[in-house]
Amino acid sequence: MSRTNVILLAVLLTAACALPFIVSNYRTFQFTLVLVYAIALLGLNILTGYNGQISLGHGAFYALGAYCAAILMDKMGAPYWVTIPAAGAVCLVAGFLFGLPALRLEGLYLALATFALGVATPQLLKYHHLEKWTGGVQGIVIAKPEAPFGLPINADQWLYFFTLAVTLGMFLLAWNLLRGRIGRALMAIRDHHLAAESMGVHNALYKSLAFGVSALYTGVAGALGAIAVQFVAPDSFNIFLSIMLLVGIVVGGLASISGALYGALFIQFVPNIADEISKAAPWAIFGIFMIGFVYLMPTGVAGAVRLLLARRRSHEI
Amino acid sequence: MDALLFQVLAGLATGGIYASLALALVMIYQATHLVNFAQGEMAMFTTYLAWSLISAGMPYWAAFFITIALGFALGALIERIVIRPVENAPVLAVVVVFIALLVILNSIAGWIYTYTIKAFPSPFPKEPLFGIRYMSAHELGAIGITLVVLATLYLFFRYTPLGLAMRAVAQNPQSSRLVGIRVGWMLALGWGLAAAVGAVAGMMVAPIVYLDPNMMGGILLYAFAAALLGGIDSPMGAVIGGFTVGVLENLLGAFVIGNELKLTVALVLIVGVLLVRPSGFFGSVHVSRV
Repeated sequence: MSRTNVILLAVLLTAACALPFIVSNYRTFQFTLVLVYAIALLGLNILTGYNGQISLGHGAFYALGAYCAAILMDKMGAPYWVTIPAAGAVCLVAGFLFGLPALRLEGLYLALATFALGVATPQLLKYHHLEKWTGGVQGIVIAKPEAPFGLPINADQWLYFFTLAVTLGMFLLAWNLLRGRIGRALMAIRDHHLAAESMGVHNALYKSLAFGVSALYTGVAGALGAIAVQFVAPDSFNIFLSIMLLVGIVVGGLASISGALYGALFIQFVPNIADEISKAAPWAIFGIFMIGFVYLMPTGVAGAVRLLLARRRSHEI
Repeated sequence: MDALLFQVLAGLATGGIYASLALALVMIYQATHLVNFAQGEMAMFTTYLAWSLISAGMPYWAAFFITIALGFALGALIERIVIRPVENAPVLAVVVVFIALLVILNSIAGWIYTYTIKAFPSPFPKEPLFGIRYMSAHELGAIGITLVVLATLYLFFRYTPLGLAMRAVAQNPQSSRLVGIRVGWMLALGWGLAAAVGAVAGMMVAPIVYLDPNMMGGILLYAFAAALLGGIDSPMGAVIGGFTVGVLENLLGAFVIGNELKLTVALVLIVGVLLVRPSGFFGSVHVSRV
């Protein structure tokens, strides 16, 4: 990392820590969701951006994580912080298992299969034999955790800091994972799977592991999201959630870690602004942005930022 | 036995609708090797146009044919404006564009017509036709119209010069261009025809599921399953797949797993076919040389 990057990161972190003391509780809650989405987008980006496996059904893993957290807290009385690793572990296994059949599917067909997963998710959650745990159509209400150790901050602020800590950990993990051997293997598979295979990359293992890790990230995000919203219900995990995550990585930037943050800001705040025009407007705008980015800026916001920085640097020299 | 027969016949009626939509998917797949995720929403949107025309006082059948023409124009227009630029782009870009189309059409319909559910008229009488007590007149009529559409398409592709040109483009665009066929326009025409077929499917299904912007979600999934089951590049397979899936859906729903998990059946079917027999029943087996 260059010195400017370190300084930039430090400034960003300070700003992130100061944020909940400046803005209202509701805004703090919204920024908590931004962090949650950032983790989910990072997860989808590991799979779709870095490994080239298209998933249109990541909402299913988000839902799985959310339900893990809600069931653990509501039915088993587990403390909220336990649910995060638990949701991650469950989703890792689920993602890995879904990744195994996905090995045989390429490109368009994987998109189709995951699209079906995304569409079927709410119905699966409503299934009456699972109602004992999932609460059926009504869903589950969970309590908001209070700040521990008598810290002088309110529940919203505490949750924000908790989420921030988890987000930092997850981003650090992803950064370490993706810039090394594993990251290069994932990208090699994406760019030319035959060449990767002949260079000794175990395609099947890496692809299903990418699916598992990606689901882990999205599941952790789902658990945090459930705690932040204090409520899970089947219909909030419909296909549009999966599509929203896709919008996030396309706008933020494919195969970019910082892109997850831009994408998260976009999917959290743009609907808020667009909602004032019409209830349907956010999605029209999402759609137009998706097409616009594919045509004009395929590397997303992260790519544009990188380009700007590079241009400035060459200017200075 | 009565219940079984009833379920099979009702399944055939919905199967006809799946068959139409699956056929639309296959037509676009054959020409461009792409699966159109927005096919269902295009059908939904044209059905709303039909609703507008009928509400404005137009007789049903006039509205029916005008809607088909509008659907055709919409499909061709989308191909020319939206799909053309990403023709040779990577799969991810194309999928994103299709998904974008899906949400744009969905939200425009919600914007213009609101999300409240609307009733859509059926052109067929309320009482059963020909004294057949197992099927409503609408179900029977829907099957009939599906079969008419299929026959028309078959005749068009088999016996007209334009149909021949379109098949040529689907098989070998380079050579077709060399013999003077306008490849781009043939693709637009294919999209238009697919959208028109989808419009018929939408107008046939709307009286059953009612009209709302999200009505096509589940139906599109079943159409995917049908197209894959029959073989994604085989029109005949799509039709047989559609009827099979329709019957299967009804039988499983009525006797095995209940109605709650209908979409999961489609999911299992899609993943199952892709894993066990990716070419479906009638599709061509794809071999690539490495």
